Amino acid sequence: MSDITPSQTVGPFFAYGLAPHNRCDWKPNPGYDWKETVGADLVTPDASGQRIHIEGCVLDGDGKPINDAMIEIWQADAQGRYAHARGEKPRPNAKFTGFGRSATDKAGVYSFDTVKPGVVPGPDGKPQAPHIVVCIFSRGMLRQVYTRLYFADEAANDADPILALVPGERRGTLIAHKETRGERPVYRFDIRVQGDNETVFFDI
Amino acid sequence: MMLVFPRESLSVYPKHLSPEYRSTVKRSPSKPLIIVPHTLSELTGPAFGHDAVQEGDHDLTKQHKGEPLGERIIVHGHVYDEDKRPIADTLVEIWQANACGRYVHNVDQHPAPLDPNFTGAGRTVTDKNGHYKFITVKPGAYPWGNHPNAWRPNHIHFSVFGQSFVTRLVTQMYFPGDPLFPFDPIFNSVTDEKARMRMVSSFDLENTVPDWALCFRFDIVLRGREQTPVNTEKH
Repeated sequence: MSDITPSQTVGPFFAYGLAPHNRCDWKPNPGYDWKETVGADLVTPDASGQRIHIEGCVLDGDGKPINDAMIEIWQADAQGRYAHARGEKPRPNAKFTGFGRSATDKAGVYSFDTVKPGVVPGPDGKPQAPHIVVCIFSRGMLRQVYTRLYFADEAANDADPILALVPGERRGTLIAHKETRGERPVYRFDIRVQGDNETVFFDI
Repeated sequence: MMLVFPRESLSVYPKHLSPEYRSTVKRSPSKPLIIVPHTLSELTGPAFGHDAVQEGDHDLTKQHKGEPLGERIIVHGHVYDEDKRPIADTLVEIWQANACGRYVHNVDQHPAPLDPNFTGAGRTVTDKNGHYKFITVKPGAYPWGNHPNAWRPNHIHFSVFGQSFVTRLVTQMYFPGDPLFPFDPIFNSVTDEKARMRMVSSFDLENTVPDWALCFRFDIVLRGREQTPVNTEKH
C-alpha cells in the first residue's frame, strides 16, 4: 500500500487564492491585492513560435457549464522543449514556463494565451505530435483528471503514439479546432467531464 | 536518479464517483480512463523559483492592517516523495475559511462574519529540506448543502506541485480529533483508514511557541519513487 497523501476536491472557493485575477467572478471587494503566481497568459516577450489563444467550455454530465473549475496546462515550447527543473540545458526562450492556470467563468469558459508547442520525444524514440497536457480540478471532483489537447491542423496526429491508444470514435474529443477571430488563431477545446461525447481522460 | 510514478500508488485516492458527496454524481468520468505510458510530457512539470512568492506570503495573519481574530496557529511540515526524500523548491499554496468558518469568496453565503483582517490565502516554496511553514488562524467549521445538517470539519486546502505534472496534488489538511469526521463524505471518500488519517495534521508541542501559538504538523507525501534497477544479466 502506498504512503502518498490522498487527493481531496479543490472545492468551490479556490479562486481567491489560486486564480484571483482570472476569469472567475468572485471578488467581494475591489481592494483585493493577492498577486497571481500562475496565470492564463503564458506568452513571455522572449517566447518564439506562433501565438495562439485556447478557449473552451467545461461541461458536466447534464451538459451544464461548470463555473467553478480550474484548468491547468503543461506544454513544451515551440521547439518542443519542456521548462522542467531537471531540464539542465539552457534554452533560448528561457522565460517561457509552459505552465498556465485558468479558472472558468460564469459560463464555464476557460482560456489561455500561449504559443503552439513543438513536437516532443515520445516512447521508443517516436515523436509525439504537438500537444498540451490539460489537468482539470473542480468542486465535485475528488481528484484531478488529465487529458490532452491536440491541434486539428497537425498531420503528425496520425502517427502520435498516445492518440493511437485512444479508440477511434473517441479521439475527436482530444482535438482542438481552429477558429478565425481577429489576428491570433483561436483553438476551441471543450471539456465534457461526463456523458455523451465524454472527453477522453488518461490514467497516468 | 530516475523517479518513477507507479499508478498503484493512486489506489489510496478517492474514487471519482463517490455518491455520498453529491457533486461527484455529474462531475465524474463515466467511461474508463485510458492508460498511457509516462512520456516526457508527464515526467516533467512546472518549476518555481523562490521568486514565485513574496516576503510574507506565508503569514496569513499579517496581510492586513490588523491581526485577524481567532486562534493563531503555525502549520508546518515536509513535502516528501514515496521514498521519504525531501522535495525542495516546490510551491505550496493554501486557502481556508476564517475563524468563523466563512470564506472571503462571494459564493460563500454562510451567515458568519467576514474578518476585515483575514483573507485566507497563502503560499510558500519548500526549502532545501522540503520544509514549509505557514502562520494563520484555525479555520472554523461551516455548513454546506450536501445533505441535511451537513458541516465540513475544520480544514485548510493545500495545493502542491512536486517533481512532475503527475505529482500534482490538491488536498485538504484536517485537525486532530475533529468530531465531524464520521459525518463528512469528502473526508470519508478516502476509504482506507490509514490513508485517510494521513490528511489529519498532528499537534506539535515541540514547535508550539510559548505564549504565542499552537503548532500543527502536516507532512505531505507525493508520488514518485526510485526506479528499481533492472537486472539485465541472463542466468
